[in-house]
Amino acid sequence: MKNIFYILAGLLITGITSHARTIRVGKQFQFHSIGQAIAAAVNGDTVLVENGLYREKNIVIGKSIVLIGNNFPVLDGEHQYEIISIKANYVTVKGFKIVHSGVSSLVDIAAIRIYGCHDVTISGNILEDTFFGIYSQSSFNCLIENNKLTATAKTEQESGNGIHCWKSDSLQIIGNNITGHRDGIYFEFVTNSVIWRNESHKNMRYGLHFMFSNNDSYISNVFRNNGAGVSVMFTHGVKMFNNYFEENWGDASYGIFLKEISDSYIIGNKFLRNTSGIFMEGASRILVEKNEFKDNGWAMKIQASCLDNVITKNNFEGNTFDVGTNGSLVLNSFDRNYWDKYDGYDLNKDKVGDIPYRPVSLYSMIVEKNPAAMMLYRSFMTSLLDRSEKILPTLTPENLKDNFPLMKPLHL
Amino acid sequence: MIIASNVTKQFGRLKALNNVSVTCNKGECIALIGPNGSGKTTFIKCILGMVVPDSGFITFNGKNIIHDWKYRRHIGYMPQIGRYPDNMTIGQVFKMMKDIRSESTENKFDESLIRYFGLDQMLQKRMRTLSGGTRQKVSASLAFLFDPDVLILDEPTAGLDPVASETLKEKIKSEKEKGKLILITSHILSELDELITQVIYMQEGNIQFHKKLSELQKDTGEQKLSKVIASVMSKK
Amino acid sequence: MKKITKYVLVDILRNKIVIGYTIFLFLISLSVFNLEDSSSKGLLSLLNIILIIVPLVSVIFSTIYIYNSAEFIELLVSQPLKRKQLWASLFTGLAGSLTFSFFIGIGIPVLLYAASATGYIMIIMGLLLTVIFVAIALLAAVIARDKAKGIGFAIFLWLYFSLLFDGLILFILFQFQEYPLEKFMVVAAALNPIDLSRIMVLLKMDTSALMGYTGAVFRDFFGSNTGFIIAVAILFSWVVTVFWLSLRRFQKKDL
Repeated sequence: MKNIFYILAGLLITGITSHARTIRVGKQFQFHSIGQAIAAAVNGDTVLVENGLYREKNIVIGKSIVLIGNNFPVLDGEHQYEIISIKANYVTVKGFKIVHSGVSSLVDIAAIRIYGCHDVTISGNILEDTFFGIYSQSSFNCLIENNKLTATAKTEQESGNGIHCWKSDSLQIIGNNITGHRDGIYFEFVTNSVIWRNESHKNMRYGLHFMFSNNDSYISNVFRNNGAGVSVMFTHGVKMFNNYFEENWGDASYGIFLKEISDSYIIGNKFLRNTSGIFMEGASRILVEKNEFKDNGWAMKIQASCLDNVITKNNFEGNTFDVGTNGSLVLNSFDRNYWDKYDGYDLNKDKVGDIPYRPVSLYSMIVEKNPAAMMLYRSFMTSLLDRSEKILPTLTPENLKDNFPLMKPLHL
Repeated sequence: MIIASNVTKQFGRLKALNNVSVTCNKGECIALIGPNGSGKTTFIKCILGMVVPDSGFITFNGKNIIHDWKYRRHIGYMPQIGRYPDNMTIGQVFKMMKDIRSESTENKFDESLIRYFGLDQMLQKRMRTLSGGTRQKVSASLAFLFDPDVLILDEPTAGLDPVASETLKEKIKSEKEKGKLILITSHILSELDELITQVIYMQEGNIQFHKKLSELQKDTGEQKLSKVIASVMSKK
Repeated sequence: MKKITKYVLVDILRNKIVIGYTIFLFLISLSVFNLEDSSSKGLLSLLNIILIIVPLVSVIFSTIYIYNSAEFIELLVSQPLKRKQLWASLFTGLAGSLTFSFFIGIGIPVLLYAASATGYIMIIMGLLLTVIFVAIALLAAVIARDKAKGIGFAIFLWLYFSLLFDGLILFILFQFQEYPLEKFMVVAAALNPIDLSRIMVLLKMDTSALMGYTGAVFRDFFGSNTGFIIAVAILFSWVVTVFWLSLRRFQKKDL
């Protein structure tokens, strides 16, 4: 409802200012500098910037204007400045190539920063070698779409986040491509927002870093080969649908790291080739359904602090360990999944195995207790241990089992 | 040529050789005699370096055999029970041995025994198919093959048929005449009469005596070796 | 030396068990690479063969071969040959023919289907393990005079390296859980050629990330090129040490 109001308001304003001018910037035009053009503009004007190199230190947009680059004019921050600061509502920034923002360990210098505004659109820009990419602070109802962010910093200290959102609401982050930053997308105290069809890869820390951000959705994103995968913490009401979590290999790397999450949904995602597909700590009332876990080290690691989670109708294939846990008491349900390691039988042909499957192996329990035991991975010893435990379970948690394991993988 | 000094060897509790000291010289043909388990074979194996003495040492041409393995090129050895790789043929065994020892004899082989025994007719036979006697023939042929200065023959005639036995004796005699040192152990004393010049008598790992046959004959007044030994034993 | 090695080599390469072993390895490799959907999975399956079957066959076959060649050895010892040479020839012949089998059976399929760094390391480790377990067999055969005892001893040594040792490590890990054991683990790995080979192969596979902190310590130590050279040197010293021990006993052995 709120959104519709803003859209109407936006339409109204453009309607009122229908006599809006277009101010052109370029060598052959009246204005050679974007700053001068903006100074000359009024609310509702369009500033059209021609191709060229612009070194204007910090460009502050304090009016509701549309700033458009024609054929990607380059805005160069000379490794010193925040390049565009947006301090007005209804601003659009589109079609620029923004390079070399300043780098600082004290201030979060961004290529484009939104200062407590609403209805800002940042669309179709190319950001290269920036510290923070696009920074939204105390803003709402903004759209960040189709930008390409590439950073090249070597250490976490020298790099900022790609799309950094703080204390915002109703944001739409759509179709961006983010690489080489510290965190690809960073959400802290951001609510009611959607992250859709982004690709976040090869970032130093997390592809998506997500804290205290309730009631958000992220849908159909690809998080690939990030330093530590995706981290979602201290939040409730998150919907994670149809995302790809791929190739997050490393000592402390996860498809998703969930910490203190409740009442959320993880549905239809693909977890491929991660050290741990999902790592859960203090998670409760989460529905994990129709996901594909393939070729991971651990498909899921569920700490004893998790309860009332439902893991059902997922495919577990080619994982080194299906489930790892550190406790003996398990209060989660694992029924009706497909496990490729299941070797039970189905006499009554109802496509459900007649004996339960225990996804936790003895060896994975040992490793959980004593990580150094991982050195015995794939040794004769450990495979014998697992065999004997399967025949006569003694140490693995009694009630961590799939009572109705599926005989065939689901089509996901 | 071969000097053993205070050679002692113990197998577990059994003392196989006890302070054995012997000197053997060129041109001698020595019979090593004694009851079963008296240490004859062990002593021979010590000379060949197959058994390492616990104490004492053996020299061959003045060199301690522990430090010098090459002395064995001067020895032809015929074991009591010849044991050969089962799936080799007679021909292969001869070929291999020639191959291994060729550098030491410049390819001059004494193959007379092979012919006398008729082994050249059965070179394709596998060792495992051979009878004990044929195996002995192979062993004997191998011992003489390289025309060595010293011949060590452990029960050479055991298991041989009379014809072969006679052939072998003739061969030993002719080698003796060439001035070689020949060491023979045997139970069948009557066979040795015409061959030997000296007698070493062993019992329970000790050497009872080492004398020339002629001396013994003089001492006992007997001609036949078996009688000589019996007479010596009865005197003790 | 060369001549005897040649005889031993020819004898073993004609041996039905060795031919069967080669064919067995070759068929397993082919089926593994054709059945698994990726070559890296095939390599993982082959790893078990290399770590368990290859040492077992090497050690048992070599022990039996030494006992069956007792006559041959006896015959040759009485000949003008150095015992050292004879023993070295037997070792070279056995190690040579079994590594040849291994190379045909596993090396060539791996080169055809999975010619990667992991594949090469697996081949190198398999070859070294073969040689090490031939040396272990020689030691077992020279220590025990009785054939049954010797084979039992050889199998026990195999069991120790492939199973009991790891059990011991697991026991120590839990007994001394409170202490930092990473360095100890590196030393422990060097004390077992099977473990060391397994870790070297796993470090080259992407599964190495699963190994956590201890894995990182291993990677620092063995993961680099120098580390690889160190590991191969350790495995070589296994060959040399075990063979030297067996040789020392053989030189004093009564036949």
